[in-house]
Amino acid sequence: MRHTATPSAAAAALLAAAVLLLPSAPAPAGDAAWLPRPALGQGEKCVADTDWMRRNHMVALTHQRDATVRDGIRTERFSLKGCIDCHAVKGADGKPATAANPAHFCRVCHDYVAVRVDCFDCHASRPEADAAGGRQAAIGRYLGRPAQ
Amino acid sequence: MSCGSKCGSGCGDGATCGSGGARGDAADTARRAFLRGVAAAVTTLAVGVTLYSFGTEPAAARAPVVPGAKVSAKTRWGLLIDAAKCGDGCTACVAACRKENGWGDAGRPATDAQWIRKLTVRNPRNGAAFALPMMCQHCADPPCVDVCPTGASFKRADGIVLVDKHTCIGCRYCMMACPYKARSFIHEPLEDQKPHAPRGKGTVESCTLCVHRVDEGRIPACVEACSDAAGGAMLFGDLNDPSSEIAKRVAAYRTTRIRADLGCDPGVYYRNI
Amino acid sequence: MARIAYQKLEDRGARFWGVLALNGAIVLAGLGAAYVMEHRGHIVTGMNNQIVWGMPHVFAVFLIVAASGALNVASLSTVFGKVEYKPYARLSGLLAIALLVGGLSVLVLDLGRPDRLIVAMTTYNFKSIFAWNIFLYVGFLAVAAAYLFALMDRRASRAAAVGKAIGWLAFAWRLVLTTGTGSIFGWLVAREAYDAAVMAPLFIAASLLYGLAVTVLALEIAGMQSRQRLVGDAIVGRFRGLLAIFALAVLYFTAVHHLTNLYASEHRGIERFLLLEGGAYTAAFWVGQVLIGGVLPLAILAAPARGRSRAAVAAASILVLIGGLAQMYVVIVGGQAYPLMLFPGMEVQSAFHDGEVARYRPSLPELLLGLSGLSIAALLTGIGLKLLPFLPEAVGGRGADAARPAA
Repeated sequence: MRHTATPSAAAAALLAAAVLLLPSAPAPAGDAAWLPRPALGQGEKCVADTDWMRRNHMVALTHQRDATVRDGIRTERFSLKGCIDCHAVKGADGKPATAANPAHFCRVCHDYVAVRVDCFDCHASRPEADAAGGRQAAIGRYLGRPAQ
Repeated sequence: MSCGSKCGSGCGDGATCGSGGARGDAADTARRAFLRGVAAAVTTLAVGVTLYSFGTEPAAARAPVVPGAKVSAKTRWGLLIDAAKCGDGCTACVAACRKENGWGDAGRPATDAQWIRKLTVRNPRNGAAFALPMMCQHCADPPCVDVCPTGASFKRADGIVLVDKHTCIGCRYCMMACPYKARSFIHEPLEDQKPHAPRGKGTVESCTLCVHRVDEGRIPACVEACSDAAGGAMLFGDLNDPSSEIAKRVAAYRTTRIRADLGCDPGVYYRNI
Repeated sequence: MARIAYQKLEDRGARFWGVLALNGAIVLAGLGAAYVMEHRGHIVTGMNNQIVWGMPHVFAVFLIVAASGALNVASLSTVFGKVEYKPYARLSGLLAIALLVGGLSVLVLDLGRPDRLIVAMTTYNFKSIFAWNIFLYVGFLAVAAAYLFALMDRRASRAAAVGKAIGWLAFAWRLVLTTGTGSIFGWLVAREAYDAAVMAPLFIAASLLYGLAVTVLALEIAGMQSRQRLVGDAIVGRFRGLLAIFALAVLYFTAVHHLTNLYASEHRGIERFLLLEGGAYTAAFWVGQVLIGGVLPLAILAAPARGRSRAAVAAASILVLIGGLAQMYVVIVGGQAYPLMLFPGMEVQSAFHDGEVARYRPSLPELLLGLSGLSIAALLTGIGLKLLPFLPEAVGGRGADAARPAA
């Protein structure tokens, strides 16, 4: 198995619950500040249920990557490029944020649970800048969603 | 959403569906099977839609790939390079590879990555010289694959030799083992990699035969650049298919492979060297 | 039945702690260097796409080879029945573990992705001799620890059969391990300096030589520290003989390797480079490996009266170890500096340094990392000696010398 060590989603959820229930923990104004709220991706819904994604995105990624790299099976649905294209967040300079920016889609939750994301050492963390909308627009059209 | 597993309660109940790889091999297998099924259906559509919306490249017309299937050993991708048509000062292939895969010029030649390079070969006795491009030879019996301690350096079923950077520990033993000096180690942190060519600090990389293009039914960037720009010295194709252009030429002309004596069975053939 | 008595190292004040502190500081510096290398990438080192293994590997392979040989003294008593070496068996086991941990630490810290150590230890491509080596090194630590247990535990040390079985296992394991280490280079067809079956026995001979030298020096230093004589004259004489034989063996295999290459016109290029035109590599070979590592120690040991003295044996050991580092440098770095022959007989040029002798200038981080390996070994040895009775009692005490057969 080619997993890198990651705490289970259950442990992360437990930690989140514990932090929420601690009365003495300093609370910024409003409940909204407690939970990570990543930006919504393009379109109506993701390629899978949000619930399923939250729990299983890493499992899907680690299995899918072996299929892609070793067997050459490339799917639009579970393509990392696809995730990045749809979940790109605009940075302060108007261009999509990279993983160095805390507003990056993956960073929002991963910073909260303090699990380091290894992917972007090698993978591009934002869509490739393309003329005429390019790949991002094409994916959007394919999935039947308005491109942004 | 039903995931087709045996639990029947649907994925809303995360506890029974199983998370992570440790529990529920059956659920894992079932999920994998479902994903593959969906992937097959989706990529069947994808190929058609992709070709339509992205446009086909006429110079690269090839039979579309079978969607969702594993690559098979029935195919063996290879290159045929005619050194006689390779211009001495021309580096179109190198520039195209750089642009396609995003490896660059940090201005430090000793540590910069080099996936493809032009060699100038000169006979010291009479000064006669020729030029040719040199890249990973995609051997059928690659020494780099033999020596990799984690199996990150591997040969895909269709003959393309790759580095699985999820498993690469950066020991550089494959670089010691390669007779062609095809591999590079990434010595610095990188940013804004090409999405289709992930590369990162601390891992080893080499020419991928533009595997991302090949899997879409296109040809490598270097071959495309050589046919467009300069001499048309490079040809890509399936060595195992007797009806392919490359197989016909390898059968018809006298070709050789560099350091064939080592017995690695390279997939890159050269003419006129 | 006379029993051998063992002792812990008594520290005599500031000097012991000072040496430990110095080694500790070097280890910290090495860890800092590893952090910089990991964080900023290998660009901070002198290693590049031509010389991919540099000073860290020179030190690491040296330590690993010495580790395997250091267990030899213990094997002499357990496996070959030479009971006169029994008092030194425990120290021999400790040194083997300490040296191996030092070497492995450097190797792991130099990886491009040291965070993937778990991957390296659980995902194996068993066609790779390097994978086998990782497996063998980790296993060797376990086997050496079991060996020490069998030697030191009150009950286990009385069960002679257990000790013998583990001793044989350790001996066989070492041979396979060192053959594997030599084969890391010997099995590479790509490079002309490698690709030779003789690398395996060369490394076995080198391991015996370096391991014994380290054991001798450790005993001398421990003796100086505790102001006792831990090694009797008879054993000094035996160590002298063994050192000489091992040094001759290394010279022999080196000579066979180079003479064989010189005979074949195919390999004359690499030989010309290493033996004549290689600059630093030629100097390291002739002056470092052959002169300092072989000829001088042999000359010292062969001197009629003074060659038998403690000082001579210690001096020869130091020289041998310096020569050993030089040998590793020539093999590892020199072997990579010579260009690959893609078109034999032709001159090749490219933007990727084809056809040229590669340049290598080690930088501070990699030197610190390499040195820290030595310090890790020294630190572990010093602490081990202090905590547990590895050292034999002083000569003249009970059973430390060769005269009586020990239990």
